[in-house]
Amino acid sequence: MGEKILELSGIYKTFEGQDVLNGIDLYIKRNEFLTLLGPSGCGKTTLLRIIGGFLTPTEGDVFYLGKRINDVPPHKRNINTVFQRYALFPKMTVGENIAFGPKIKKWDKARIDRDVDEMLRLVALEGFRDRDVRTLSGGQQQRVAVARALINKPDILLLDEPLGALDLKLRKEMQIELKRIQQESGITFIYVTHDQEEALTMSDTIVVMNGGVIQQIGTPQDIYNEPKNAFVADFIGDSNILCATMKRDLVVNFLGYDFECIDRGFGEDAPVDIVLRPEDVILKPVCENLPCGEVVSSIFKGVHYEMRVEVSGETIIAQSTVNSVPGTKVAIYVEPENIQVMHKSEMSPDRRNKSAADIAEGEN
Amino acid sequence: MKKNLCLIPLYVWSAVFIVFPLLIVLYYAFTRDASSGMSLSFESFSRLADPMYLGVILRSFKIAVIATLVCILCGYPAAYILARSNSRSKFIIVILMLLPMWMNFLLRTYSWLTLLEKSGLINSFLSLFGVDPIIFLGTEGAVVLGTVYNYLPFMIMPIYITLLKLDQSHLDAAADLGANPFQVFMKVTLPFSVPGVLSGVSMVFVPSVTTFVISQIMGSGNVTLIGDIIEKQYRVVNDWHFGSALSVVIMIIVLAFMYFINRGDVEANNGNGGRLLR
Repeated sequence: MGEKILELSGIYKTFEGQDVLNGIDLYIKRNEFLTLLGPSGCGKTTLLRIIGGFLTPTEGDVFYLGKRINDVPPHKRNINTVFQRYALFPKMTVGENIAFGPKIKKWDKARIDRDVDEMLRLVALEGFRDRDVRTLSGGQQQRVAVARALINKPDILLLDEPLGALDLKLRKEMQIELKRIQQESGITFIYVTHDQEEALTMSDTIVVMNGGVIQQIGTPQDIYNEPKNAFVADFIGDSNILCATMKRDLVVNFLGYDFECIDRGFGEDAPVDIVLRPEDVILKPVCENLPCGEVVSSIFKGVHYEMRVEVSGETIIAQSTVNSVPGTKVAIYVEPENIQVMHKSEMSPDRRNKSAADIAEGEN
Repeated sequence: MKKNLCLIPLYVWSAVFIVFPLLIVLYYAFTRDASSGMSLSFESFSRLADPMYLGVILRSFKIAVIATLVCILCGYPAAYILARSNSRSKFIIVILMLLPMWMNFLLRTYSWLTLLEKSGLINSFLSLFGVDPIIFLGTEGAVVLGTVYNYLPFMIMPIYITLLKLDQSHLDAAADLGANPFQVFMKVTLPFSVPGVLSGVSMVFVPSVTTFVISQIMGSGNVTLIGDIIEKQYRVVNDWHFGSALSVVIMIIVLAFMYFINRGDVEANNGNGGRLLR
């Protein structure tokens, strides 16, 4: 991974008075597998279409290897796209679909022939060259779409929720397949999805978006272990998000007890949010210096049990290979490095609670 | 069994309005008047060998082909622009296009006379600049104009409807793969719209071949088409046998034409289906 291949600077996009993107700053390095992750309507597809050249930003610039390309139309960008519904040309065979780009660029016939075969091998579709694309399964069509884009040797491949239409098993296979293709071809991938697990599995870098704003940029480990705010924590994986008070450096108070943590610099008695991943919540026998509660439910999840524990009005989700049957009194413990302290944000639990309370008041 | 019962009205309708009239036409075509009523005869068909009639048939086809081509050339861009535009005025444009079709066919054709006459609007306007009056009426060009004017909407509508179904993502994909707007049109839009063009062609060509009103009004009687001759056999000459024979010949030619159009349509829809068989 080296130079910045693409840079977005202060991108705003407005559709009929609606702000879809609100100031996106982002750069992508060569050979990176970058994922734009967020709920539907967060602006991730709009951002992808701006990179592809299908939309122009209302404000801000797109730089490709340092050159501003806002006004370069899609057919002049060395960027290719795998579309959400693949958009294969229905009246062409698999081979003709893949050869579409090279034919437009007037490669010589022998080269097209060789490269189409090579692409079919790359996506494991040897022998499908003369098949009608309409007779292919969803997974096969998806691979044709990837091959059709990759044969052009783009610098960047854009993928717009390419696995959205596939069933779970196939999706998992294709995740591994796509990652392999990306590593083999050495092409920069920009991948759009709303599936957090997909993002964690494949990406080098994840960009979490919400409301047209980037919430956090980081490696999958960063995003999972150290979410910057409650939105990211909530969106990535199961999590317990609690209101807490930062007593002083290295000490945070939640559920009425002081816990040791590894964060500093929040000030004294500062209101914060904390994230506890369910697998990090340890259930112990009841004792004096830990918050105690009662297990209200326990579900077997295959490898582990997932238990809900009621502690002073909050429900804490805990995962463990050891089952605690409902009704058991337990204490909650978390290792200092597993307590993720975050600044308050829009999505903070107390704000959500407050708005819920407002609604309740309104009804009364 | 029940299904067949439901189809009975269709059979009755077809028999009364299609099969029976056709049989009458065939009957007249293959008979002639004799002292003892009617007798079997191919005389009507042998009269068709007359170069005059062949010339008229050829001219009819020539005018219909030109009119159809002009309809494609004018209708395709109109349909394309209409289908690609997102403006709210789209509905109004479609209505404006269809509006003339709600007017009486004769009326809207006659109205061209006031424009094209020797002392009509166009010539009056040109005379302001000292241009001598141009004779429009009575020429084949005028007949083509009348035909195009009357049948253009039948070309635009099927193309427009086909283009509406064109998936934007296919256009995006082609552009993404390096096709410039012209290449996108040639490689994606045009092949996709072939079925629409073909049904437009059959909707314009068939009535153009057999028209007689347009040629009479716009051609001032100078441009005789096969439709005119058939009409005269029934209403003026009173030779129903020859009129029927002419109709049968035209019908066979048009059916052959429709067959080829349909085959092209099927092929276009199958895409490479045909190639797989080869």
